Amino acid sequence: MRKLLFLLKKEFRQIRRNPFMARAIIAVPLLQMLILVPAITFEIKRIDLAVTDYDMSPASRELISKLSGSSFFRIIGAAAGQAGADQLLLSGDADIVLIIPDDFSEGLAGFGKPTLQVLADAVNATSAQLGWNYLVSVVRDYNRDVIISSGLAPSAIPGISVSSRFWYNPDLNYKYYMLPGILVILITAIGLLMAGLNLVREKEIGTIEQINVTPVKRWELIASKVIPFFIIGLFDLALGLTVGWIAFDIPFEGSLLLFFACAAIFLVAVLGLALFFSTMASTQQQFLFIAFFFVMIFILMSGIFTPSESMPRWAQQFNLVNPVAYLMRINRMVMLKGSGFQDIARDMGALTILALTFITLAIRAYRKRA
Amino acid sequence: MKRFMAFVKKEFLHIFRDYRTLIILFGIPAAQILIFGYAVRTDLTNAGIAILDNARDEVSAELTHKLEASEFFEVKYNLGSYEEIDPAFKQGKIKAAIIFPANLGTSLAREGNATVSIIADGSEPNTASLVTAYTTAIINDYSAQLTRQVSQGMPVINQEVRMYFNPNLESYYMFVPGVITLILILITALMTSVTIVREKEFGTMEVLLVSPLKPWQIIIGKVAPYFFLSLVNVIVILLMAWFVFGLPVKGSIALLIAETMLYILLGLSIGIFVSSSVQKMENAIFISFLALMLPSLLLSGFIFPIENMPKIYDYVSMILPPRWFVEIIRSIMIKGAGFAYIWKETLILVIMTVFFMALSARKFNVRLGEGEK
Repeated sequence: MRKLLFLLKKEFRQIRRNPFMARAIIAVPLLQMLILVPAITFEIKRIDLAVTDYDMSPASRELISKLSGSSFFRIIGAAAGQAGADQLLLSGDADIVLIIPDDFSEGLAGFGKPTLQVLADAVNATSAQLGWNYLVSVVRDYNRDVIISSGLAPSAIPGISVSSRFWYNPDLNYKYYMLPGILVILITAIGLLMAGLNLVREKEIGTIEQINVTPVKRWELIASKVIPFFIIGLFDLALGLTVGWIAFDIPFEGSLLLFFACAAIFLVAVLGLALFFSTMASTQQQFLFIAFFFVMIFILMSGIFTPSESMPRWAQQFNLVNPVAYLMRINRMVMLKGSGFQDIARDMGALTILALTFITLAIRAYRKRA
Repeated sequence: MKRFMAFVKKEFLHIFRDYRTLIILFGIPAAQILIFGYAVRTDLTNAGIAILDNARDEVSAELTHKLEASEFFEVKYNLGSYEEIDPAFKQGKIKAAIIFPANLGTSLAREGNATVSIIADGSEPNTASLVTAYTTAIINDYSAQLTRQVSQGMPVINQEVRMYFNPNLESYYMFVPGVITLILILITALMTSVTIVREKEFGTMEVLLVSPLKPWQIIIGKVAPYFFLSLVNVIVILLMAWFVFGLPVKGSIALLIAETMLYILLGLSIGIFVSSSVQKMENAIFISFLALMLPSLLLSGFIFPIENMPKIYDYVSMILPPRWFVEIIRSIMIKGAGFAYIWKETLILVIMTVFFMALSARKFNVRLGEGEK
């Protein structure tokens, strides 16, 4: 036990002595929180709409003013014919081009079926679809108005309206959504990269040999490498949370204790992985690539940016062994919805099993070479 | 020159001997293409919803059926009361609850209108707005059917939509260019900075510097293999995109390769610059990771469109090379745009490349001066 204390002292001293490390421990969470959290949003603020009006009638002008009156669309001018429309979409100046045919007002007056043509830039499939949905609903409203004002329709046209509310985050503030996710990336990066690099570094510069010939036991060596980063990880989590709270006023509905307990279990899992990967690499560069490879897969699959329910079955099954996916879910539920222990007990249990498995694997793979 | 060639050969051998790194280098793009192509989707399918049917009449039954039938939703619960909504959200099983009012059918028949409420889980704003939009669309469709029944012979505006560039609305059209951008930054900036700093940290750089090779020859020899590797990697990604997803390069392949080479050059000069500024490998890794990887993943417009971000990010991201390259490669690959559409972005990349090359050339000389002391 005393040996472990000495080793820990050595590790902390080394970390403190490296000015870069000290700065990274403070600067990384600050930068991530302050720069990345406000940036990330899927919210569509405005759609640049070009309108080609071949009709030039009061009716078409009315429709255009309806569109420009909606908060989603910004009319950026007219496209000159098909070629002009193509060019606007190619250059990215317009997201959607709307073509109003020359028989639009005639058709509305009851002599035919006017057809609007919509050309949407669909490179980003989601925004194309949402833009199209908005456009359809504006045109439908306009159509209803026309029918009612023409006096052709019976006084009441049956219609179902929809009212929507958002719980836990009424304004759909993306910062509330991203902050718990970025916190997970933060402690993953610290746990996996920093701890792993530290271990491989000793291997690469040969000092591990020196430690190996001392009477230090295997578990003591491993513990001395893991514990500092466990502490740093929790410290950075607290720091990130505080920054988020001060800078973005992020609510915290659930139990802090539960939150940190889950993070601690997660850190054990990640440190186990770091240790395991470090046994596979002999240089820091190699470790970096192995770690990067897995971190990237874990993070992208975890549902940080995209709904994980939309993923195919095999991907969801992969997430059963993905610690990042569990913490991503737990963090959001505890922070935003105030989910309690019972709500997340299954996820927590699974995470614990993962942590134990990874750390056991790592210790077995780690050979103290004589 | 012969010496130089021998040196380049040695560097190539160094890299190709390290098969683990090579496997990963080609494994990363393969995994990313598969993940982005098959797993990560920005659209919505099978979102769990709960229905609280206070009406229990024909209209609510029909609407429930329509919601169930759509591929977007999976009705997980039929709730008995309003109080059951909160626990269902807290367990994270549902994304939205849809509430039919008690008098849905009767008020629709008598007054001509009724209101259906959606409560969505705002803790996932993207999913929440998609769920709301899709539910609204389904209800609107139903509503439009009713309208059509009474307004026979009324003028109805039709709308025809053509989805340009991506008719099937696939998520991976956005992602493949992003994956290329990310991989290139990884190989060029990150790997070169790490290899050069490694020589410095181990002191072998001094050995190289006293050899008859000129400093610029050493640097070029160091980065040449990575130039080659990056190019091969891009070609592999393009072939994968083509064979796995049937996503061919729509524009000119020669233009695409030329722009890629420019970007690789830029990445390499950033790598050289980073390596001339730091002394330790860990530091090089962290700088590259923090300053290059995360921003290129998140702020380049590869997943999150820049125009939706707060205005300041529009300006901040202008100094990030990936932002411009994503734009270029997306225009060529997916839109089939020619050089006329991307000359501005290209010019910016050229300026950045020249800037970093000049900067690292100066830095490198200064360091040499110190070494002579």
